[in-house]
Amino acid sequence: METSNEKLAELAANGDEAAFRSLLQRHYAIIFRVGFRVLGNREDAEDLAQDICAALPKKLASFKGHARFTTWLHQIVINGARDVIRRKQSARRKASGWGETEVLRRDEAAETKAELDWLSNAMTTMPQDLRETVALVLGEDMTHGQAAEVLDLSEGTISWRMSEVKKHLREIARKEEML
Amino acid sequence: MNDELDKLKAAMQSATPEVDDTAQARAIDAGMEAFEKNFQGSVDAARPTREQTRWWALISRGVIDMLKPLTSRQVMMATASFATIALAVVLTGQYNAPNNGTGEVFAVSEAKIDTLGRAQAPSDGEVSVMVLEEADMAAVSEMVAAPVMSMADTRMEVSGLAAPSPVATSRMRGFADALYEAPMLYQQNTDKFPDADMNPLQVVSEDPVSTFSIDVDTASYAFVRSAILGGNLPPADAVRTEEMINYFAYDYPVPARGDVPFTTSVTIMDTPWNPDTKLLHIGIKGYELAIEDRPPVNLVFLIDTSGSMQDSDKLPLLINSFRLMLANLQPDDKVAIVTYAGSAGTVLEPTSASDSTAILASLERLYAAGSTAGQAGLQQAYALAEQMANGNEATSRVILATDGDFNVGISDPEALKTYVENKRESGVYLSVLGFGRGNYNDALMQTLAQNGNGTAAYIDTLAEAQKVLVDQIGGALFTIAQDVKIQVEFNPAEIAEYRLIGYETRALNREDFNNDAVDAGEIGAGHTVTAIYEITPVGSPAVMVDDLRYGTEEVGSLNTGEYAFLKLRYKTPGEDISKLISTPILPDADAGLGGEAEFAAAVAGFGQILRGDTLMNGWEVSDAQALAQASKGEDRFGYRSELITLMRLAESLN
Repeated sequence: METSNEKLAELAANGDEAAFRSLLQRHYAIIFRVGFRVLGNREDAEDLAQDICAALPKKLASFKGHARFTTWLHQIVINGARDVIRRKQSARRKASGWGETEVLRRDEAAETKAELDWLSNAMTTMPQDLRETVALVLGEDMTHGQAAEVLDLSEGTISWRMSEVKKHLREIARKEEML
Repeated sequence: MNDELDKLKAAMQSATPEVDDTAQARAIDAGMEAFEKNFQGSVDAARPTREQTRWWALISRGVIDMLKPLTSRQVMMATASFATIALAVVLTGQYNAPNNGTGEVFAVSEAKIDTLGRAQAPSDGEVSVMVLEEADMAAVSEMVAAPVMSMADTRMEVSGLAAPSPVATSRMRGFADALYEAPMLYQQNTDKFPDADMNPLQVVSEDPVSTFSIDVDTASYAFVRSAILGGNLPPADAVRTEEMINYFAYDYPVPARGDVPFTTSVTIMDTPWNPDTKLLHIGIKGYELAIEDRPPVNLVFLIDTSGSMQDSDKLPLLINSFRLMLANLQPDDKVAIVTYAGSAGTVLEPTSASDSTAILASLERLYAAGSTAGQAGLQQAYALAEQMANGNEATSRVILATDGDFNVGISDPEALKTYVENKRESGVYLSVLGFGRGNYNDALMQTLAQNGNGTAAYIDTLAEAQKVLVDQIGGALFTIAQDVKIQVEFNPAEIAEYRLIGYETRALNREDFNNDAVDAGEIGAGHTVTAIYEITPVGSPAVMVDDLRYGTEEVGSLNTGEYAFLKLRYKTPGEDISKLISTPILPDADAGLGGEAEFAAAVAGFGQILRGDTLMNGWEVSDAQALAQASKGEDRFGYRSELITLMRLAESLN
């Protein structure tokens, strides 16, 4: 039977190198994926994932007391992504991420391109809190309850946010029809 | 679910790229490296089983407990230094536990090690090795172990407790929040500074004697400048007032070269920030060495080229700095370059400084990548330096350039200690140049330089490189007096209270003054060193401490009218026996320094304000600025104007 994440985290926090390595191997994809969905940019997501991997050893000590490793890890990724965004904004750089569809377009077929444009448009115009929520609920298939735990909000807030997302998408559709 | 959300979900999933294997491998490597660092440096009473598995397990539990008062400024930091310090304690037995909480700095001595290591340093075979270092330098960290301790007071700060002293643990709990709050999370600032409280006010009748080692390092000033220019006031612990004062060259009388290598000028002046106290200003000036007169040098640049050195303010600046320096070397000088990253390697075999094409070409080829193999690099640098020293009279120096931690890969502390001792015996000098911010390990750098009979400088701009490696190259490369100690005995009949401004990390025990085995600071050719005491004459309204009701009766039975008696010890390079200079200090002492003493006082005041000194009587940065402006003098290189600009900036940041 596979050792649980929580057990691995505990071992790693006590200095078990092999346990830490398996934790990283097991979760790199999640870290990258969630980062990508919030940031919308491959490079940023890879940088973020690497930074998180490097920061994890020290953070492990703060894992104690959390019920689920993945919940805790998602929090770290979301917070990390917020920092990336804030840093970019404070540097007054033109917001990249979902605004940069060029990266995504590469090697994509035409119909996919249309879909990506739509996605990019939807994500860029969405406020960040909704984007985070979407990344967890739709991207990670979390229940509203799980997402609420990660974001430290009530389940009701998540449900409300999802309905906002729907509104947002309908608004986009309405505008498209008007064109 | 409904259509819109389903569509979004599908689109998002198809847009998310596959994990890139290379990126994943890189990230995992980074994680493992951090992990290793983390646990090498950790000291955790709560996890006793772990400590058996690392080299620092040799450290006794008791020592670790004593070190618990260490505080953690950046919780997220890794920290090797913690273990390093603890280790040094074991090795040297020099740990002084705080006994009264008054904030005294405990004196320190590298002496024990020094005695072993240096006793027979040959007079003409000094080798200087410059090491350019980055994150993980194994060998050095052990070297460093000794010196870290030597300058440490008990609360020397090691800012990153990676794992869990009790203090750190509680702070780490709040990690997720901190993460959210810290915009620069992934570039955590992990600069480390020794945490020494300000020298307290001393009552002359109780403690009439003040003893300290001189300090010609300038790293603190450069760091302060870099912080202020970056829009932040530096953390108080980053400010070492004496290093700020000594950053500037002062126009003190130049000694006639020969018997005494430096002059000592003493001046009593009014305290800018307190009308009721005086400043005792002690200025030391080493003799100048004309470039053409100086003996040839062998330089081994030990350059850390590991991944984190790639920032523009690290390796690229370093290369440019050395290029500047090269232009000022003589044809008889020799240069070699060793790097360590992944594998240590000699990049340039000893080459005459006149062959600048070859040297520049190998500098150009340096690039930052990989992790560090520090121990091997250091060994190679020393070996090369010794080889170069062999059979010629040139001084040899290793110049280590680094941006930080030195703690990966040490396997046997005892072996490293022996190694360091041997290197001291061989006469190879070690200077340290600090580069970059973020994980700059100031405490370590200072320590290293002290142990290696060299200076520590922090290079943040090319202009700073010009100052350190060109304008003051004589001081950087040629030591004219070693183990320079100052002892001042105040006369209780005249002076009620005193305090030494700065030099907190350089305090010595009273008895160490006459002990030639106790190491102290070096003076290089042309260096000026300044020490300032604030003194309160008897009967002044500024006296802070009341007389004791049952105190000793007659003080100052020998009422000579002298304020104090100054004693200074030094050794000429390579000698074991110190020489003594002594002179009484009279109330009207005036070395005729013009505005130089005032400028030093302005810098001192500025430094103390940055440190949060509570005895400044409302004197502000603007006052310091006015005083500095008025006493700026010729300011040939513009350093003083730069300080005035910094003061102006600091005022607006305040």
